[in-house]
Amino acid sequence: MSTVDLEVAPSPSGPRGAAIAAPRGHKLRLGDPLFRVLATVCGITVAVAMFGLAGVLVYNSWPAITTLGTKMLTTVAWSPTQGEYGALAALAGTALSTIVAMVIAVPLALVIALLLVELVHPAVSRVVGTAIEMLAAIPSIVYGMVGLFVIVPYIQDHLVPWVLSTPLGNVPGIKPGLQFQGGGLSIFTAGVVLAFMVLPFITAVSRDVLKMVPQVTKEAGYGMGSTTWEVMHKISMRYANSGIVGAVFIGLGRALGETMAVAYLIGSVYTDLPRSIFDPGTSIASLIANQFSEATRTLDLSALIALGLILFLITVLFQILAQAWLRRVQRATGGRA
Amino acid sequence: MKKSARSWRPMLLVAILLVVAAVAVAGCGSSSSSSTSSPAPSISGFTQVPMSSDTILGAGASFPAPLYMKWGSDYAGTSGVKLNYQSIGSGGGISAIEAKTVDFGASDAPLKESDLTAKGLVQFPMVVGGVVIVVHLDGVADGQLKLTPDVLASIYMGKTTTWNDASITKLNPGVKLPATKINVVHRSDGSGTTWIFTHYLTDAAGSIWTAGADKEIPWPLGVGGKGSEGVATSVQQLSGSIGYVEYAYAKQTGMTTTQLQNKDGAWVKPSIASFASAASHADWKASLPSMYMVLVNQPGQDTWPITGASFILMQKDQADATRAKTTLDFFAWGYTSGAAAATALDYVPIPANVYDLVQKQVWPTMTVSGTPVWP
Repeated sequence: MSTVDLEVAPSPSGPRGAAIAAPRGHKLRLGDPLFRVLATVCGITVAVAMFGLAGVLVYNSWPAITTLGTKMLTTVAWSPTQGEYGALAALAGTALSTIVAMVIAVPLALVIALLLVELVHPAVSRVVGTAIEMLAAIPSIVYGMVGLFVIVPYIQDHLVPWVLSTPLGNVPGIKPGLQFQGGGLSIFTAGVVLAFMVLPFITAVSRDVLKMVPQVTKEAGYGMGSTTWEVMHKISMRYANSGIVGAVFIGLGRALGETMAVAYLIGSVYTDLPRSIFDPGTSIASLIANQFSEATRTLDLSALIALGLILFLITVLFQILAQAWLRRVQRATGGRA
Repeated sequence: MKKSARSWRPMLLVAILLVVAAVAVAGCGSSSSSSTSSPAPSISGFTQVPMSSDTILGAGASFPAPLYMKWGSDYAGTSGVKLNYQSIGSGGGISAIEAKTVDFGASDAPLKESDLTAKGLVQFPMVVGGVVIVVHLDGVADGQLKLTPDVLASIYMGKTTTWNDASITKLNPGVKLPATKINVVHRSDGSGTTWIFTHYLTDAAGSIWTAGADKEIPWPLGVGGKGSEGVATSVQQLSGSIGYVEYAYAKQTGMTTTQLQNKDGAWVKPSIASFASAASHADWKASLPSMYMVLVNQPGQDTWPITGASFILMQKDQADATRAKTTLDFFAWGYTSGAAAATALDYVPIPANVYDLVQKQVWPTMTVSGTPVWP
């Protein structure tokens, strides 16, 4: 890290430096320590926020943890009026909707990123790139509403009947389960909308990473007679490997925690494990959003906060896995990538 | 890229520290919670506004919120007293009045007498509304389809699964019903509407409906829509759907409602008149002193069977006689002069005889150090 020295610039309106008793043109020694203090305070703020959040979650979920224990993680149904606080249905819905989202979003994002970096004119790339980044600026409730008005009827009236008419319709996991209600409001629909919500994040990071592949390396590939596909596949993708994994994990983290859009689209069944992606289900975040406003009893509220804690821990776990994976890749490539 | 090679270490460190901190806090939590049994998380979702004598503070149910706000602005014009009502849900309303951060709380579901006593609250009905059944069936007009409580309960239990089931076609000769599956839609969030609807199914078709009655229940089947708008949109988007929403919502969005057979065996359509019939046929006198009243399945030829009252909750021991009187003056105005505004917004005013009971039997039980605040 290079040291940053603030030099007082001679200002046209008079020597402001004189006010703090520093001779004109001399280096101001105050800048460095001031910045250090400021940076330290900012750093501490982040740490306090993180640990504080974890602490508050644990403290408020304590009544649920002591009363329910591991029953939350071993029972399926969430039904506070029946005294049931099982998180398995929500965990399954979170996992399934995230998987659907990633299966759609990751290949799409990678192809778009390659297209933007390698194939189209830079001007087109800028316009399309900006459009994709703007997808990230749309509030999630808008995704929920568009999903409800456009995607839900399309999936129920067209996509699901078509899928069920093909051999795919008999594959376990796609074959309608007991809870099947037409497939419109379902884990699959939530996953499709989630895919579009995480797409800009994965695309933007992948694109930036692919851009950083040195031109010389690619040209060497072409020089050896490689086709464009071979260069993209064997050089660009390899080089950008760890960055792309990072991009995927950013998208994954967002998909896991997305709340409002999912609450509107997933069909909110709290009492049963989904048998198919076309079954309605629930996710941890959407379950909290649905139940929070009417949760008045201490245990109800505490159990919801415990769900928040579970989601928090899952996200932290994925971050650790992502970092470990990156480390492995970097070792394998000798620290170049 | 090189930078990221180094940056994983601090990340991992932070993650490990987090776990350590969480465990440490958990330890603290356990020692403090063992002494106080259960520390209630103090999350009311409600910000306290400084109390001023010419502003009444209220919070709670979202269903009557448009009416309370209309009343508030009308009343401010005649009396100068303003109303600040926060529509945060019935649960939040109950928490807020318990914490005394408001002058009154509002709830769509009444509290039982034992709960009222335990919390030191009084309650009274303020307005009546209806819950209607909405369907999406091509070629079926508004108010055309007829359903009995048993058929409705059977659909929501998952026992009747197609629209051309004999039990439905028998009731509807001449109506062309498709052979498609019935898409059952319910609320996904806890709600007073669900409370009223499930109490109706329990009361009117208890032998078939066994899933219980509450603000949120374990539904035997169906998909959940978030809020009235979620249910309404699902029903409107997906053909073959059935759902339940508040009357005002169905009317303003032009949805297809059904007829129901009421307790007297008559077929009724939802309307202000048929909700009013329910309110006037109910035995309110028997509900004293708690005024706990489930208005569903009331007698009367013209009575719509899925009707519910929305309630006001106030502290039994008031701190300030003037504030309490100001609040009750507002409600007295609402019962009498506010009736027209209620009807205009598709709510049903409380019948005059019920208001009489409220102000003679309930309001005088509120006291400031033993002295009644009303009249």
